[in-house]
Amino acid sequence: MHWTSLDTSIVIVAALGAMACALLGSFLLLRRMSMMGDAISHAVLPGLVAAFLISGSRSAMAMLIGAAVVGILTAAFTQWVHQLGKVEESASMGVVFTALFAVGLVMIVRFADSVDLDPECVLYGAIELTPLDTVTLLGKPVARSAVVLAAVLLLDVAFVLAFYKELRISSFDPALATTLGIHARLMHYVLMTLVAMTTVACFESIGSILVIAMLIVPPAAAHLLTDRYGVLLLLSTLLGAASAGLGHLGAIWAPTWWGFEDTNTAGMMAVAAGLLFAAAVLFSPRHGIISRALQRLRLTLRITIEDVLGLLYRVEEQGLIIRPGAAIELLRRTTGSGWLGRLAMAELRRRRCIATMADGLRLTGAGRRAAASLIRSHRLWEAYTARHVALPTDHLHHSAERAEHFISRPMREALAGDLDGVRTDPQGRTIPNGGTALDPTKAGA
Amino acid sequence: MISAGEASSLRRRFRVRRVLGALLAAGVMLLLAHSAAMAGDAPSTPSASFDGAIEVSDHDLVRILTLRDYNTRVVVLGTALLGLAAGTVGVFMLLRKRALLGDALSHATLPGIGIAFIVMARSGGNGKWLPGLLLGAAISGAIGVAGVLLIRRWTRLKEDAALGVVLSVFFGLGVAILGVIQKMDTGNAAGLSSFIYGKTASMLAADTWLIAGAAGVVAVGCLLLFKEFGLLCFDLEFAGAQGWPTLLLDTLMLTLVILVTVIGLQAVGLILMIALLVIPPAAARFWTQRLSQMVLISAGIGAASGFVGSVVSATQPNLPAGAIIVLAASACFLISLTFGRARGVVFQFIERVRLERKTRCQHLLRAVFEWVEEGRGNGGVGATESKIPFSGLVRQRSWSRHRLDRIIVRAERDGLIERVGDTHVRLTSAGWDEARRVVRNHRLWELYLITHADIAPSHVDRDADELEHVLGQTMVRKLEGLLAEQAAATVPPSPHALA
Repeated sequence: MHWTSLDTSIVIVAALGAMACALLGSFLLLRRMSMMGDAISHAVLPGLVAAFLISGSRSAMAMLIGAAVVGILTAAFTQWVHQLGKVEESASMGVVFTALFAVGLVMIVRFADSVDLDPECVLYGAIELTPLDTVTLLGKPVARSAVVLAAVLLLDVAFVLAFYKELRISSFDPALATTLGIHARLMHYVLMTLVAMTTVACFESIGSILVIAMLIVPPAAAHLLTDRYGVLLLLSTLLGAASAGLGHLGAIWAPTWWGFEDTNTAGMMAVAAGLLFAAAVLFSPRHGIISRALQRLRLTLRITIEDVLGLLYRVEEQGLIIRPGAAIELLRRTTGSGWLGRLAMAELRRRRCIATMADGLRLTGAGRRAAASLIRSHRLWEAYTARHVALPTDHLHHSAERAEHFISRPMREALAGDLDGVRTDPQGRTIPNGGTALDPTKAGA
Repeated sequence: MISAGEASSLRRRFRVRRVLGALLAAGVMLLLAHSAAMAGDAPSTPSASFDGAIEVSDHDLVRILTLRDYNTRVVVLGTALLGLAAGTVGVFMLLRKRALLGDALSHATLPGIGIAFIVMARSGGNGKWLPGLLLGAAISGAIGVAGVLLIRRWTRLKEDAALGVVLSVFFGLGVAILGVIQKMDTGNAAGLSSFIYGKTASMLAADTWLIAGAAGVVAVGCLLLFKEFGLLCFDLEFAGAQGWPTLLLDTLMLTLVILVTVIGLQAVGLILMIALLVIPPAAARFWTQRLSQMVLISAGIGAASGFVGSVVSATQPNLPAGAIIVLAASACFLISLTFGRARGVVFQFIERVRLERKTRCQHLLRAVFEWVEEGRGNGGVGATESKIPFSGLVRQRSWSRHRLDRIIVRAERDGLIERVGDTHVRLTSAGWDEARRVVRNHRLWELYLITHADIAPSHVDRDADELEHVLGQTMVRKLEGLLAEQAAATVPPSPHALA
């Protein structure tokens, strides 16, 4: 693998395009219109051909205008079909963009002699060739597409900064935006125009696959990582740039692992974005699958620990003693898994809440205090529901068994206050005194 | 009542009929494909491109339309059958709100095609062995669909983002793999791009056979599971609660979609495949409210677009068949959107205008009635002969004079009202009956709102204004039952001051 200045140049061009797309894509994502990026980038084809036929050249300006016009038309047609025909929005998008794409294809074939547009080139882009086409800027040769894409990126950033607040409100709540005097529909169409223009500006250099991927994937990944609007925009832009760099690296490096030569850079950039997305799905601190599984496991363990304490307290209350094996068997029957019970018991021993004596399990002083406050929560809740909710007595335990784990100390005292003077639960068992009891959550954590 | 035994025998008979129908459909498909491939002229140059025939005379047009040409027959029947199959499964996808899943699915097939090629070429076989490529496409398409569904279930992302992520990442991967293949020395990959663009015009008899087989499977599957698929589309929770294996049925439905897509891809290309899955069902939705009719119409539109599109592209040079088929389907969609019997724009417009006319006429009648009731007519309270001046009506309903004139002309035509001189009107006896009915409905609803919905008397007028026109017989009977005392009179008195 040889990284040359050519590679740096390719990555810069791709990163510029990726950032522009990812920035606008964030708004599409927030508006639940990610597929609009896909639709517009297919639908602009007739606009490109028309622009070519009218202007007679492949000048960037004509292409941008043609794309903008058709981009607006796509958004408008989709809206009309959706509203006039009551067709579901995604279906109306599917109807409109495939039809426009077909028109474009027919135009290309019909005017094949006069139109020098290759659908394959639009699809794949020719990012590997961009460093060869240079212009002189400040005395240095710079890739022409880098200049174009930098201009597009600047335009997009300027638009977002200028209408930061308006875009935010109209993305999250179009109705509120309208009542605040913001023209939500105008914002929508301006955004669609920008998407169409950005898309086309990127087509020539980085290809439509990469454009669609960058419009959708980095914003989706960023959305999994943050709940804040500003951070989302920034993160999605950064992820776009990172996918460009990683993708190119992957394109010249990854195939060699299996003994192949290098491959298409744009495709690998989309794959890199996909890998970043997969990482976000798995490892995002708040919304990731793994972190959510860990949270759930932690909660389950806490509840099992408290169940063990409750069990031992009730056993002691009746003057009995339980052996560790029997306790685990009981827990296995209620929670469905033996290892969770064993884990909970090990944790309790580590915290010195229970001890194994010769005749069986016993609570230590600290353990008894924690268990007492848990049982207090349970029986207070039973007494409370018995008094205020018309439930038969044999239905009280189930709700208390769930609630006991989430009753905090202030709530416990509020319950006790409400039940002023009540010393036993509806089954006639004593409610342990809360005066000296420790909060189980504090004793646990 | 039907006894349990009768019911079960009825059910059995229905099942038998369904199976018979399915077998019949499959038979027809196979027959069509067979006639396409076998009977008639022997194939002169079966692999020659369809676009080759550039000079088209009237004689050729007849030849094309009557499918006398071997190539034409292959292409026309192939695309028509594909349209039929896609239109059929597309209906369920549309109603299941998964219209664009076909988009993600067809893009997701690409890496599978590439990997299948590499595996087959490396193991020394022919890289372009079709069943292998199709299997690869189906597997990676299925992974893509599963990806969309899992992203939706496990993350906070919505449908659109899930589709977009899968679509673009899989397609990017596919392009990267094709890029690798292009630099391989084991074999050329020239044919693989036909999966993206399609090669409609150069379809072979074998392709048509394949499509016919897939269409047969789809037709049989949809007929056998028609009720179950319909249930899944309209009420998934209910289906689950009834004990249907919803996950299995859903998987079966998606399998049919994957089958059609994979078979259709190399015949007609990516975008066309999406169009065939989305456009015919969306068009069919404008014509009917019944699922069975919608499936038939959608399949018909799909087949017709395939047929018309490929025939048109055969008669003219430089018309890509795939694109023309999409345009034919789009034309069907536009026609349906405009003239569709159930939801078309024109039909809805006519309905609205009709309702508006009826509303205005009934408002006029009520205005006249209330005017007379108040005793403002020159004949005293309740005098059926009294004349009402235009000026009074204009004031009462805040109509413009011009609009009032038009309403009166129409009511006159219906025989409800007659002019007295240039400035007054009078109700005919039919008009009185109708006016009494309308006012009665209006006041019944007002009374209902006041007694049962606790709405202040000063607020009920506007609400009743809208409902008086659409209250049906049964609804009026119900109101009479609820308001027995107040409704005793032929026309109850107004519960609020009249304007």
